[in-house]
Amino acid sequence: MGAGHAHKLYRHGHSPVHDLPPHCKLAAVLGFVVVVVSTPREAVWAFALYGVLLAGVAAVARIPAGFLLKRLVIEVPFVAFALLMPFVVPGEQTELLGVSVSVPGLWGAWNVLAKGTLGVAASVLLASTTELRSLLLGLQRLRLPPLLVQIASFMIRYGDVITDELRRMSVARRSRGFEAGGVRHWGVLAKTAGALFIRSYERGERVHLAMVSRGYTGTMPVIDEVTASRTQWAHAAALPVLALAVCLLGWTV
Amino acid sequence: MNLPTAPVPSLEVSGLAYAYPDGHQALFGVDLTVARGERVALLGPNGAGKTTLVLHLNGILDAGAGSVRVAGLPVEKRNLAEIRRRVGIVFQDPDDQLFMPTVREDVAFGPATAGLRGPELEERVVTALRRVGMEEYAARPPHHLSFGQRRRVAVATVLAMEPEILVLDEPSSNLDPASRRELADILRSLDVTVLMVTHDLPYALELCPRAVILSDGVIAADDRTQDLLCDDELMRGHRLELPFGFDPRSVSVPRP
Ligand SMILES: Nc1ncnc2c1ncn2[C@@H]1O[C@H](COP(=O)(O)OP(=O)(O)OP(=O)(O)O)[C@@H](O)[C@H]1O
Ligand SMILES: [Mg+2]
Repeated sequence: MGAGHAHKLYRHGHSPVHDLPPHCKLAAVLGFVVVVVSTPREAVWAFALYGVLLAGVAAVARIPAGFLLKRLVIEVPFVAFALLMPFVVPGEQTELLGVSVSVPGLWGAWNVLAKGTLGVAASVLLASTTELRSLLLGLQRLRLPPLLVQIASFMIRYGDVITDELRRMSVARRSRGFEAGGVRHWGVLAKTAGALFIRSYERGERVHLAMVSRGYTGTMPVIDEVTASRTQWAHAAALPVLALAVCLLGWTV
Repeated sequence: MNLPTAPVPSLEVSGLAYAYPDGHQALFGVDLTVARGERVALLGPNGAGKTTLVLHLNGILDAGAGSVRVAGLPVEKRNLAEIRRRVGIVFQDPDDQLFMPTVREDVAFGPATAGLRGPELEERVVTALRRVGMEEYAARPPHHLSFGQRRRVAVATVLAMEPEILVLDEPSSNLDPASRRELADILRSLDVTVLMVTHDLPYALELCPRAVILSDGVIAADDRTQDLLCDDELMRGHRLELPFGFDPRSVSVPRP
């Protein structure tokens, strides 16, 4: 898809994973997450195997571990939540490093941490090997409601335009001697937000006019038909299928 | 003018009147005919109704009275899809016009809406981008281009629809002199009918052999551009002013 939109998660490169069609990757990640979530939490070894699978994908995609780990920090709120569980969940108590914690709480924390981490890691892998624009095409291909895809496309296109507008307004404010500081100035900032809304709204109207002028009647034409060959699907399926095997073992063992 | 073999004019506006919903009447019976292949400048002071007229040409605004025909086809609700394919409007702000994530997709939008797909669509996109000299930028997002480049892509988005008539609202505004000249070269190289709304009188003289003055919602004059610009009384009467030091008499305009 050429040098389209690069977002902060995306890591430019060429690898078998980068080259897979976006909808295959989306489906694979979704399948993987579903499998992980439905694994019994007692099968600790299964989660270790999932981790190994993801590490394998990262290796094929040539994503360095450091890059991946840094992006896992999105997960921090979950971790905090998980760490609380052993202390607040009622139930049988046990001693851990001299502190009394609840057993169901410990299992709950493990459950959230393991599944959360794996899910986030899989998504980060997806995001670092797929451009935002292709992700949208993939979603469109997977029959996500077209309106949602349209809204997301416009967010990409006009995100920068609107931040730019905001920046210009801020420059204009500061050129006239205004420095935001403290509650006294919140009124001014609120008015800025209002003006930004009106500007964006009016821009929306003008954009709509331009779209209608080029024949828009409510549906976006499909310009880039993303297609996947049987082999590409098979490659993408490797991850969720292996994970499913692990999961089934986890239930039977 | 009306030879028996003359093709249908690209644009025929007759008796067009329009009042905005708030009651403000902007057009009072506009008559304008533009022959196929002609380049006409639409001049007039701020608030004269130029943009209002343009919005009638592809049926965005509905005529209060009178009619508009594009290549013989009346602008009516049931013809709108075809009309919008035939009339390519380039709006003043390219950021309003370029709404897709990449230049390529933006140029493809119009023809794809009209039902084109596959290699045929690709061909249209490439041709349109080549005509404005922007084919290397196909994969770039529009907001990472300079203003002049965005204006050129905006022209390409419309060219890709192979319109009968190209309508440009203030095409030279905000362009540096080189971009302004490059755009003129592009417009001159095109083989389409052009209606160009502009306040840039030298630009009108350079590009359009014929000009009309819209003033207070009516066509006040319709003549060779050079003759109009040389008529001091007419110009003053409609708040049109030439830039300092510019003498339209001293310019020799290329005859079409
Ligand atoms: N949405 C609207 N509602 C009511 N009146 C409007 C609206 N848009 C324009 N007008 C009025 O209609 C008249 C013609 O406006 P129009 O935008 O067509 O002028 P213009 O010739 O394009 O001017 P400019 O050179 O400034 O672009 C003006 O008096 C304007 O105030
Ligand atoms: Mg206007």
